[in-house]
Amino acid sequence: MADPKPANANKAAGPKTKAVKAATSGSSKSKAKPSATATGKIPMTLSVNGKSLKVEAFPMARLLDVLRESLDLTGTKEGCGEGECGACSVFMDGRLVNSCLVPVLQATTAKIVTIEGVADGNKLQPIQETFITEGGAQCGICTPGMILAAIALLKKHPQPTDAQIREGLSGNLCRCTGYMKIFDSVRVAAERALANEGASTP
Amino acid sequence: MIGTNVPRKEGIPKVTGAALYIDDMVFDELLHGATIRSTVPHGTLVDVHFEGDLPWDEFVVVRASDVPGDNVVTMIESDQPFLADGRIMHAGEAVVLIAHADKDLVARARKHVRLEITPLEPVLSIADSVAKKATLYAKDNAFKRFLVEKGSTKDAFKADGLTIVEGEYTTGAQEQLYIEPNGMVAIASEKEGVTIWGSLQCPYYVHKALVPLFGLGADNVRIVQATTGGGFGGKEEFPSIIAGHAALLSWKAGGKPVKLIYDRAEDMWVTTKRHPSITRHKTAIDAKGKLVAMEVDFRIDGGAYATLSSVVLSRGTIHACGPYACPNQRITAAAMATNHPPHGAFRGFGAPQSIFGLERHLDRCAAAVGLTPDEFRRRNLLKPGQTTATHQVIEEKIDLPAMLDLALKRSDWAKKREAFEVENAKEGARIKRGIGLASFFHGSGFTGSGEVYLASVVGVRARQGGTIEILASSTEIGQGTNTIFAQIASEALNIPYEWIQIANPDTANVPDSGPTVASRTCMVVGKLVERGCRQLVDALRKGGFLAGDGYDAKQFARACDAYIFRHGKLEATTTYTPPPGVEWDEKRYRGSAYAAYGWAVYVAEVSVDMLTWEARVEHFTAVQDIGKVIHPVLAAGQVEGGVTQGIGFALYEDVVWRDGSMINNQMTNYIIPTAADVPPIDVVFHEVPFAHGPSGAKGVGELPMDGPAPAILNAIEHATGLSITSLPAAPEVIMAAALKNAAEATHG
Amino acid sequence: MRAYVPGYEMLAPKALDEALGLLAASPETLTPIAGGTDLMVLFECGRLPEGRYLSLWQLDELRGIDITDEFVTLGALTTYRDVRDHPLLQAEFPMLCAAAAESGAIAIQNRGTLGGNIINASPAADSPPALLAYDAEIELVKKGGARWVPYRGFHLDYKVMDKEPGELLRRVRLPRRKDEASWTHFYRKVGTRRYQAISKVCFAGLAQLDSKGAIKVVRIGLASVAPTVLAAVETETALIGQTPSAKLAAQARAAMAKDVTPIDDIRSTAEYRRHVSINLAGAFVDTLSG
Repeated sequence: MADPKPANANKAAGPKTKAVKAATSGSSKSKAKPSATATGKIPMTLSVNGKSLKVEAFPMARLLDVLRESLDLTGTKEGCGEGECGACSVFMDGRLVNSCLVPVLQATTAKIVTIEGVADGNKLQPIQETFITEGGAQCGICTPGMILAAIALLKKHPQPTDAQIREGLSGNLCRCTGYMKIFDSVRVAAERALANEGASTP
Repeated sequence: MIGTNVPRKEGIPKVTGAALYIDDMVFDELLHGATIRSTVPHGTLVDVHFEGDLPWDEFVVVRASDVPGDNVVTMIESDQPFLADGRIMHAGEAVVLIAHADKDLVARARKHVRLEITPLEPVLSIADSVAKKATLYAKDNAFKRFLVEKGSTKDAFKADGLTIVEGEYTTGAQEQLYIEPNGMVAIASEKEGVTIWGSLQCPYYVHKALVPLFGLGADNVRIVQATTGGGFGGKEEFPSIIAGHAALLSWKAGGKPVKLIYDRAEDMWVTTKRHPSITRHKTAIDAKGKLVAMEVDFRIDGGAYATLSSVVLSRGTIHACGPYACPNQRITAAAMATNHPPHGAFRGFGAPQSIFGLERHLDRCAAAVGLTPDEFRRRNLLKPGQTTATHQVIEEKIDLPAMLDLALKRSDWAKKREAFEVENAKEGARIKRGIGLASFFHGSGFTGSGEVYLASVVGVRARQGGTIEILASSTEIGQGTNTIFAQIASEALNIPYEWIQIANPDTANVPDSGPTVASRTCMVVGKLVERGCRQLVDALRKGGFLAGDGYDAKQFARACDAYIFRHGKLEATTTYTPPPGVEWDEKRYRGSAYAAYGWAVYVAEVSVDMLTWEARVEHFTAVQDIGKVIHPVLAAGQVEGGVTQGIGFALYEDVVWRDGSMINNQMTNYIIPTAADVPPIDVVFHEVPFAHGPSGAKGVGELPMDGPAPAILNAIEHATGLSITSLPAAPEVIMAAALKNAAEATHG
Repeated sequence: MRAYVPGYEMLAPKALDEALGLLAASPETLTPIAGGTDLMVLFECGRLPEGRYLSLWQLDELRGIDITDEFVTLGALTTYRDVRDHPLLQAEFPMLCAAAAESGAIAIQNRGTLGGNIINASPAADSPPALLAYDAEIELVKKGGARWVPYRGFHLDYKVMDKEPGELLRRVRLPRRKDEASWTHFYRKVGTRRYQAISKVCFAGLAQLDSKGAIKVVRIGLASVAPTVLAAVETETALIGQTPSAKLAAQARAAMAKDVTPIDDIRSTAEYRRHVSINLAGAFVDTLSG
């Protein structure tokens, strides 16, 4: 039988596999306080996904860039850079924010959670599972932000109405799904949570 | 396996943030690139000035003169340069490339490269191009013209007792707005050749463009797809340019990796959009409400270079008379050159434009002969055995009137239509409601002989233990390629879905299965996957590794192991062959334009607030025949996504131009629907298996883009009596029509 | 086109006094930044001037919602989220809550602040029409001084405010009203899509009818129809003391035509904004006549 014929066999060195720097957490003992007069890159400590991490960054650098470039947390995406698409959504002290609009200096006092901090090791959260089973994820670029927005929504409204789902996700643009399968993903996750609650409280 | 909702193959990395898109990839010694572009739409490049207090000697700088091979983006024509040299043909055209290791410094430097350009008179509309305000291409500014003719409209119009309806319909540019902006990384040097990683739909298009750019052998250029955050056509042809730019910088930098990522504003400003269009109709209808003659003139704004405009025009032309029986049809079409950035592929590929014109026009035809929109269509919809405008005899076992009835029933059409009319007639009704429909078709795969020329190839490779690797250049861009290929293979081989792996599209590893466009991945490439799998089983049987009629997965695995032990490997390769009877006359534009079509009837229900003239879609019904449905959740997701882009096209999405540039090139100012703007969408599959698709499947990707806009504008007319003939039907447009109507009522 | 990140310096004092001291030292060259939902958008596209910025986000003294019998007082850093979730504001100042709930979407509402919305001075800002209708006052502080001024009249021209360099917006207060049943709130943001929209027209109208059904108090604020957010004085004058009727609605429409001076821009047209403002003025009066 014939070989499938690829056009070429050129093998340049590829991209590096990721060593997530988030593992190198420091103790908070030597926590560098942001100085009141900051010029140039300054050392600061960020609390991300439960870990205390040291970085050096320009004070006005976007939290998005620091997460992606200094901490290798590339699950947070950039779609527009102007707070319109929600692909860069993260939690700051439990509240959903657009990390593209946060100067990193303003994030040094907050607890930050990114998409990488959602699953419990290899165990997905129910909302992550339903984004797979119900078709909420297509190309996947809006998915991390959308999942965080869904978590924020379900925290506020554990059994959301259709109108609450629509409003709660309206800051996260998706161009693939037409949103219907995302709504289904949220609904099914809410139903499962209710069923589990019912099961655990007889 | 076919028809079940298996989990998406690459689901887990996408929901955990682990999936690596191009900007997520990390390279050692990386340089960041930027593109310096013209801000004038037409002119002559005089000089380039590097200004400001910047360490210019540290920068890698590339100009046209640095191109090692041909400075031409190889596509259908060879008129577009990678870097402009001399003549500037559009705003946003690339002139100089720069790169540096310090990303911040690149951000500063790009503002300090000044292009000195002597402006020339620009051509910025189809009308100005036709009028030859300046000559941009050939003698008449037309990249391509088509004539499709059946019967004689000229003679038909002479008959007595006909109702003649004429109309003109226009659509604007539309941005694909994939949420991941375009981006590429290149490593290129004379010694190592060129390797590209990027966000793209068609690895072999990029390959084809980069070989001549560097004058290298085909084996020395390698293209690898990164996880891609949406395409919709927007990552079909343009990525070749970005890949070329990144590679030119890397080449000049001695092979250091160069990352070139567009920010949103740049992406919206310079990359391709849906072609703006003008469609003119003249239609004759007899006393029985039958279409007697249809004349259509279809024109699109191709932008500054030929790119794919000729094929976009082709598809728009072939779809311009829709799925209607009419003995006399004549379609003239032209793709015109302007000084806009080249318009390009976008889901639907010309069909949404011409179908918009047709389906709006048919509502006016219906009214002119005193029929409801549904009854008028019922009398004219194509039946098996009848012919399309290109003389293609419909051999699929379609029943369009039954689909129409289903759509009417699901949408509660008759009852709502009546109830809305009663409510709208009430004095001072602030919210007016309406319901409208569109019936249409969309050809699956490349047009005419396109698939034969492409001659797509797919490989299927068995491994120890019976797991299977599918080798194809079809890309996963969210639509579910990986998942449906695995389903098709699993079904054909009778082994678990989990045993199927899809090789990452990498031209060093996968054969050319053609581009990921034209709703061809499932029907055309999927069929090759199916055939390849069957060949594999045949090989096992012929060799005596599988005995008897049936086998289970374990037996299959043992058979693979034995075969591989004996022969070293077990692989199958399949190449496209057309279904029987598919013949196409390119010269006369006649014959089987497509091997199969998707068919659909869509119904939109809208409300219009007469205080603000804002229209909203309140409910949507989408009935379609896409053959056998491989994965119901993914297929419905395609329909819902297409309908939502169609809602944007209909009501919101407006590219605002000034001096040949898009000036609302931000997500804040280019409005796409949010989660709060989409209605409930009732998706219904009317499954008629197609004999030559994998398990009976056809294409689904583009069809849902075609129908929403005309259905919505038909519903707006039903609600308000206002006939809007241009897209988008923004509140400002509806207001203008309302004020005009009111003025005519007062004075007339 | 991205900003040059090293070109921006940021100061982040821990206390208001310290912040006012820094502002007093360089009133012309230090720009306050609160939740960043406006300035960081400019930053991203390279249109925010390089220089020195004063972060206010960490100043808890500018947070909190205080309630007395007379006023509800909101710290300048009160976010849209804080506004929309507040029960008393929902009950007494529903148009402000509606404006907050329709500003961007939830992630913007978690960072966007009332003070920032005022001082950014966009003519298309969402909360100012409601603040005008509710007759808000604002407190401006600087090193060694503070003053309360009516919000009506604060915006002098496009991005020009009755504010000295070195002054910082500390609080916004809203007078509470009695007899809630006698008041009508009419709010409408027109922005093409439901969320994540910059308004083409935003209308907030508040009115109280007396026992005979005549309009005793009326205040109307608009956005996106003039160089600044606008108090519709002509329309208010036409309505005050009158009894709502179809005829009065027509008068309101005529007056509104004089109030607004809209322009064409990339989001809409002057004509559209004019007609919608007029229609909303008429609809407001229609609402009053029940």
